[in-house]
Amino acid sequence: MPGRVEIRNIKKAYGSFLALDDVSLDIAPGEFLTLLGPSGSGKTTLLNVLAGFVRPDSGSITIDGAEFLLLPPHKRNLGMVFQNYALFPHMSVRRNVGYPLRLRGVSGAELDRRVEEALGLVQMAHLADRGVNALSGGQRQRVALARAIVFEPSILLMDEPLSALDKKLREHMQLELKRLHDRLGTTTVYVTHDQREALTLSDRIAVVNGGKIVQLGTPDEIYDRPKNKFVADFIGETRFLPVETSTSGALLYGRPLRTRDDWKDGDSDKPWLVIRPERLRWKGDETETANRIEAEATDVIYQGDSYLITVRMPDGIELDLRRGPDLGGKDLPERGQPIQLWLDREHTILVADKS
Amino acid sequence: MLNRPATETQITHFQRIWLYMLVALVFAFLIIPCLIVIPMSFSGSKYLEFPPRSWSLQWYGAYLGSSEWRAATFVSLRAALLTTVFATTFGTLAAYGISRAYGAASSLARGVFMLPMLVPLILVAIGCFFVYAKIGLNGTTTGLVMAHTVLALPFVVIAVLSGLASYDMNQERVAQSLGASRPWAFLTVTLPQIRLSVMSGALFAFVTSFDEVVIALFISGGQNATLTRLMFANIRDQIDPTVAAISSLLIGLSMILLVGSHLLRGREDRK
Repeated sequence: MPGRVEIRNIKKAYGSFLALDDVSLDIAPGEFLTLLGPSGSGKTTLLNVLAGFVRPDSGSITIDGAEFLLLPPHKRNLGMVFQNYALFPHMSVRRNVGYPLRLRGVSGAELDRRVEEALGLVQMAHLADRGVNALSGGQRQRVALARAIVFEPSILLMDEPLSALDKKLREHMQLELKRLHDRLGTTTVYVTHDQREALTLSDRIAVVNGGKIVQLGTPDEIYDRPKNKFVADFIGETRFLPVETSTSGALLYGRPLRTRDDWKDGDSDKPWLVIRPERLRWKGDETETANRIEAEATDVIYQGDSYLITVRMPDGIELDLRRGPDLGGKDLPERGQPIQLWLDREHTILVADKS
Repeated sequence: MLNRPATETQITHFQRIWLYMLVALVFAFLIIPCLIVIPMSFSGSKYLEFPPRSWSLQWYGAYLGSSEWRAATFVSLRAALLTTVFATTFGTLAAYGISRAYGAASSLARGVFMLPMLVPLILVAIGCFFVYAKIGLNGTTTGLVMAHTVLALPFVVIAVLSGLASYDMNQERVAQSLGASRPWAFLTVTLPQIRLSVMSGALFAFVTSFDEVVIALFISGGQNATLTRLMFANIRDQIDPTVAAISSLLIGLSMILLVGSHLLRGREDRK
């Protein structure tokens, strides 16, 4: 299966700003890989290097073993989808989708058939003869997608394609993208700053920050085993509590903390405990002293689908926790009451500021 | 009603009447010199006079019947068409480059391309004359077209830049990713979308060259004398109403072209 991408030691500097700092990455054929990071992290630069719009200072990219970096963009056989769709407004939907095929010398019945097929895949066949200005945002992005896949590119690049859509449509389009990827199996590199979108869509996620890939892994690896505070913070609604390390192990406010992985000396003597609110247990055994957090409820706010509960730690740090209404109102803490929370060992993860 | 404000802060039309009069005066100064020449061109007498004492079409006949005038018209048309082609091509390319470039280089290039509009025409003309004298371009179509192209460039650059300002360059990138080379992406995706701005720039280029007289006085002559140059010489030597007839025709032509370009711009802006 074609579509294996090998990115090696790509560097790109703009003046003194290192946009890409020695990035290496292997993408397997058919994989859906997401570059996830905040704005300015270098994820879009990396995508543009792949597309050929940015020439890196050094490094190499091969696709299926062939050097790729010196090819101009139009010889790379990539499908590309932009955030703002970039449809050609002077062409109908059909002509937009046919554009890459006409460039490849496809014409007549073959052209029509393949355009229809691609439009069918994105459920836009019925609007083939519309002008693109008459389409809604979601429809435009479908057309842009059809145009990017119609010539069966070896790789599909997407630069925040759904971020201009409203939340509901975005979530719907995520599912459609996933199904389309399952069906076509085209190697896809997807750029987003939306961590939930990355978790939903990806086979693997590369978390990018400061021009580097800080962690590469499957969505559950990224979520459940963040390598450092940046990754833990960027993915999920994460809170952090300071942890002391001693010869006998980690301590949280003086209580022993049984962690999933041993904290290695030298990582940092000031690790942070990663708190994922949904992993906290609100009920536990009073005699269980390890992994118990004692705090005071300072606010309990009803928000319809959940309660927002603010708790204050012994050292004054406040955490906002969300709690589903599953236990009913009777176990809700009241303001000013002490509460106890437990963390299971497999969810007790320590991270350092930097890895 | 004219005298009474509806609100305390409103200025009535009556209070603004001096403003309307000023505007009318400005309009009059702008338009009357153009309009005065038209009745003069229908004069029945042998000399330029206003108002004419009798009417005839003879000066239109004199213009169309004269091989000298016809030759000069041909020279002017040829120069204007060639200028349009070159100025539109280079101006569009320049505007594209300026809009894609960043920082100091872009603003510097923009400034340089505006220079011909800022430098006094007589200086350009004198400069051209002396340079052309050295390289033998005085009195040639090539020399004239080169000088006129320089004059017309700013108009094309301004028109095309305004068209590119609202154009999304990602479209060209997408076209490249879909398999179009950069020039082909420009021709099939960018150009069709800015074509009205390009056409409007081309019209300006044509009018700039066709109406130009100062440079033509210096560097065109003999067989390659332009229409405007010949008109100038005619006013100096003969002062017959043929010039008025030609001027009227030129006014008509300019009006058509400028109104056309205005309509084109309006259409592009509305998109």
